[in-house]
Amino acid sequence: MNAAAPARREPLAGYAPAAVGLLSAIAVFCVLEGLIRAGVISEYIMPPPSHVLAAFGRVITEEHIVRRFFLTIGECLTTGVMITVFGVAGGVLLHRYRLLQQAVETWVAALAAAPVVLAYPLFMVIFGRNAWTIIMIGFVAALPPVILKTVEGLAGTRNVLLDVGRSFRLDDWQLFRKILLPAALPSIFVGLRVGLIFALINIVGVEFLINFGGLGQLINELAERYDLPGTYGAIGFVILVSVLFFVACERAERWLLPA
Amino acid sequence: MNAPRRGWVDFASPARNRAASVWALRAAIIAVVLLLWEIVAESGWLFRDVVPTLPVIGRAIARVLADAGFYSNLAVTAGEILASLAIGGVAGVVVGLLLGGSPFMARAYEGFIYYLGPTPKIIFFPIMILWFGVGPGSKVAMGALSSFFPIVISVAAGMRQIAPVLIRVGQSFRATPWQMTRTIYFPAMRVPIVNGFRLGLGLAIIGTLLAETKLSNRGLGYLIIQSYTTFDMPRMYALLIVLFVIAIGLNAVIGRYAVSARSGAA
Repeated sequence: MNAAAPARREPLAGYAPAAVGLLSAIAVFCVLEGLIRAGVISEYIMPPPSHVLAAFGRVITEEHIVRRFFLTIGECLTTGVMITVFGVAGGVLLHRYRLLQQAVETWVAALAAAPVVLAYPLFMVIFGRNAWTIIMIGFVAALPPVILKTVEGLAGTRNVLLDVGRSFRLDDWQLFRKILLPAALPSIFVGLRVGLIFALINIVGVEFLINFGGLGQLINELAERYDLPGTYGAIGFVILVSVLFFVACERAERWLLPA
Repeated sequence: MNAPRRGWVDFASPARNRAASVWALRAAIIAVVLLLWEIVAESGWLFRDVVPTLPVIGRAIARVLADAGFYSNLAVTAGEILASLAIGGVAGVVVGLLLGGSPFMARAYEGFIYYLGPTPKIIFFPIMILWFGVGPGSKVAMGALSSFFPIVISVAAGMRQIAPVLIRVGQSFRATPWQMTRTIYFPAMRVPIVNGFRLGLGLAIIGTLLAETKLSNRGLGYLIIQSYTTFDMPRMYALLIVLFVIAIGLNAVIGRYAVSARSGAA
């Protein structure tokens, strides 16, 4: 067992591990189906996976899932625009004024570690029970990684590039636009990807908690109706959307940053 | 060439004044924010009580801290978080060791962990209520589920970074898997394990408290949502401030431990 050298992987017959993973997941569902049908697990606690699968179609057609999906994604994208504008601007500001950076960077890092979403009752009082509460919580939770990664990217610009810029007598704005910003882009995109993931987590979570909006609310509604296959199906759908969202973010980052 | 460079790159000033300037700027920022807060609170621009004045918030914090009920609810939440971290932590370390120790297992199953990790865990709360009831069990389950993923990922990544020579030394001594884990893997992975638990603790706090705000009759989350339903805004601010101080403080303490572990390992 050589745990320390994953880079030198043996040729593991292509897709064999992935196939094992997938088959394991299917096997777990089959075992659950059997246990529930045999009455070992109560179907009033966990509906059989086949019922959940069947509920998918019902949830999609009867619960306006397309409209809910676009509502949640719209909230995410609004938050994404806001964190891009304010996060990158904040990062540039902190990098530009080193004293300010030294004074507040630890605060930004502390905000990144703070459980902002727990303040959702406060946001509800300030913004009302509407989409802005959801967007603003996503914004506050997702802002710190963008600021921190922007500062990191700008600070990591190689000195030789800056010296080249100076030798061409670039002014501050030109130096920023032609050298610092392109050099910092990979790090900024990492920050945006992390920020968007934070935003999605918080947005769906708050939708569920305040029973308002898109996909999160759907789970809450179905659970309150005690529609168990629907609840499990909706949770599966949200997980699917989340995973596709992460994959899309990763792909977008790779596409925007050709090596 | 060594002249201080101005502009985007360097804003160097004499180092001896730097620390004093940083603290002065911090104090100024705090003073400005508090002043603006007080102006908004007194102005009546927002709905009454949405932004209470600072003395009102200060008194509310004092009342919260002097209230015995606060500490009993804090104890309930702390117990739930500790239990969830213990369950999520043990499960996370075991799964992390399995994934980190076997490239095949990692390729088969790590994708599930990697992609399930960042999904919003609170949506599982209705299921947790069905499985573990409306009491503390479902809150502990939420915390455990939340803390499990970062710990698995940190432990698996940490195991892959162990120097091969250490593993070869263990193997040449014919160490059993348990001896390898105890004497090679764990000491070499102290930093990633501590970091995993730090992230896990943060998420366990969020998972447990969010569940308490949704459905409970005890704990800090319950107190917060109770302040919301009775529109006791000063108390809500006080509870959130106390909670944030505790959460950020705990994070900082474990972070310092991680740094000392790293310097000790270096």
